[in-house]
Amino acid sequence: MTDETRSHDPGSHPDLPPPASTVGVVGWVRQNLFATPLDVALTVLALYLVYLLVPPVIQWAFIDADWVGDTRDACSREGACWVYIRVWFKQLMYGRYPDEELWRINTAYVLLVAAAIPLFIPGFRWKQWIGLFLLVGYPIIAFFLFVGDAFGLELVETPLWGGLFLTLVIALVGIVASLPIGIVLALGRRSEMPVVRSICVAFIELWRGVPLITVLFMSSVMFPLFMPEGVNFDKLLRALVGVMLFSAAYMAEVVRGGLQAIPKGQYEAAEALGLSFWKMMGLIVLPQALKLVIPGIVNTFIGLFKDTTLVLIIGLFDFLGMVQLAGTNPDWLGFAVEGYVFVAAGFWVFCFSMSRYSQHLEKKLHTGH
Amino acid sequence: MKLTKVLLAAAAATTLSTAAVAGTLDDVRGKGFVQCGVSQGLAGFSNPDEQGNWTGIDVDVCRAVAAAVLGDAGKVKFTPLSAKERFTALQSGEVDVLSRNTTWTLVRDSALGLNFAGVNYYDGQGFMVRKDLGVKSALELDGASVCVNIGTTTELNLSDYFRANSMKFNPVVFEKADEVVAAYDSGRCDVYTTDQSGLAAQRIKLKEPNAHMILPEVISKEPLGPVVRHGDDKWLDTVKWTLYAMVEAEELGVTSKNVDQMKGSSSPNVRRLLGVEGDGGKNLGLSVDWAYNVVKQVGNYGESFERHVGVKTSLGLERGQNALWKDGGLQYAMPVR
Repeated sequence: MTDETRSHDPGSHPDLPPPASTVGVVGWVRQNLFATPLDVALTVLALYLVYLLVPPVIQWAFIDADWVGDTRDACSREGACWVYIRVWFKQLMYGRYPDEELWRINTAYVLLVAAAIPLFIPGFRWKQWIGLFLLVGYPIIAFFLFVGDAFGLELVETPLWGGLFLTLVIALVGIVASLPIGIVLALGRRSEMPVVRSICVAFIELWRGVPLITVLFMSSVMFPLFMPEGVNFDKLLRALVGVMLFSAAYMAEVVRGGLQAIPKGQYEAAEALGLSFWKMMGLIVLPQALKLVIPGIVNTFIGLFKDTTLVLIIGLFDFLGMVQLAGTNPDWLGFAVEGYVFVAAGFWVFCFSMSRYSQHLEKKLHTGH
Repeated sequence: MKLTKVLLAAAAATTLSTAAVAGTLDDVRGKGFVQCGVSQGLAGFSNPDEQGNWTGIDVDVCRAVAAAVLGDAGKVKFTPLSAKERFTALQSGEVDVLSRNTTWTLVRDSALGLNFAGVNYYDGQGFMVRKDLGVKSALELDGASVCVNIGTTTELNLSDYFRANSMKFNPVVFEKADEVVAAYDSGRCDVYTTDQSGLAAQRIKLKEPNAHMILPEVISKEPLGPVVRHGDDKWLDTVKWTLYAMVEAEELGVTSKNVDQMKGSSSPNVRRLLGVEGDGGKNLGLSVDWAYNVVKQVGNYGESFERHVGVKTSLGLERGQNALWKDGGLQYAMPVR
């Protein structure tokens, strides 16, 4: 007697497996790729596009590419010439920072990673202290490491900074500074004190109303003209302040969005408990509001990270600028595509990591309401 | 654009009064280095090498000034400047000398509060064509389609030239230089036009650089040279004569290799240039061996040219207008005496 002919009492028949055509790979493909004639057409079209695009790219970037050598002669020019990236790698990473001082940048990188790792370990006990160190202690240490001129370190002037290093400096300074300034501005804009409110509104609307490129240009071209003769602020410092204030204005509006989403009852409950303004904000409103706007905050961070490439117009060479600069060497003319692909890959890695981290953070902080 | 000019002129006027008092020459001596404004990368003029050092003929001018003033061509700090901020950087004192492929024009010389110290490269607009087109002169280009950057003086010069020679052309315009080159390379047009030094650099980027040639005609004047602040005559003299010394050295046959032997030369011109005789250096406020240092450490004008943009480099530019006046070019140094 086989299974098929076995009889069951009414209501006690066990569930039969679904038809073979609706499960597994075949089922998934049928359901998602070939469900209707339109789906069939779109799938075929998409596959054709992939066929058109992917093999030539792989051919160019890997199969025909040149990997070994130190000079232009090593490039056959049939595919990508990654020799170009290798020869210029140090400058793409560190700019013209002196060779014998590179350990200072590397030390700062290692310190940053080492300090950040415990933050990812669940249940680690001194997270607040490490966070405080990263926000306060680390920037001071990094400043002295990068600039030098103290503790026996040699002075390295900012025109020598460049490459990915400069991109990270600008982006991290902008990110770290914009959040606290943005929160203060957002609170100020919702304040009931007219003077504070109008100052915050004016600040936000002014900085949000001009393009970043204008801010950088003003800081670099017009600002020195207003200074008395001989008074020169460092160009990088001027750009950093500009980027910081600009991103703070954007951040303020993102945070304000979160503040508005918190029900009035939360404020009233906090007040009924007798909490002061700062305690109400710090303990009840802001933790909820910031959690709500994580996607918006990370969006602003990613935008800022990519906007750092604009410093090119004021003669600072960030990651992208350094690639373009390297491409002007007479011995290495004509490798723009390799350079841009490399930079795009670099930017993608950083931006994608930020995006993934924000999703992780959202999940972790999700409390189900 | 107009507003920028007004603002720059106003700024220039305010800096004038102060700049005239402060002597850049003394400043440079005091701080021990020359702060030099260069481009953000222009092949052969100012670009970094693999080690991160700036090289190029514009860079050599700065090194030569440092050699003349401080006796050490290495005492230069470079500030890369974008085209828009270059004049402000000079006016505000951020740089001592601007050596950044800057064209000498009346407006810049007068309205912006700047002084040009000379011309270290005579550039001009030229044409590039495919060799198999069989064209030998720009005058044979009637009816050609020409790839050009939109809204530039290049475009204006182009139409002026064709109109003056009553020829027709078909412009193919693009926004960015890279697009223009790509279009030319893919055969969208017969001719590509921009400054001659630019043509040489862009040619290397083509798929088959040797299948293209640059036509001999130069249809515009683009004299490029170092710039200093207006009202500081002593510093202007320093930069100007440093440039002349390099050209004069080439004319007299003094090179970085033979400069030590040439010190014993019997030619009065050589002896005066190298400071064996006369007190040219003292009058300039420099050391007696100022020109010796320039030639020894940087080289004469011809050496600098051949090292960075000459026929042996990948740019492969002929001397052309930049040959010495004796050889039919425009490079002419005032007598060092």
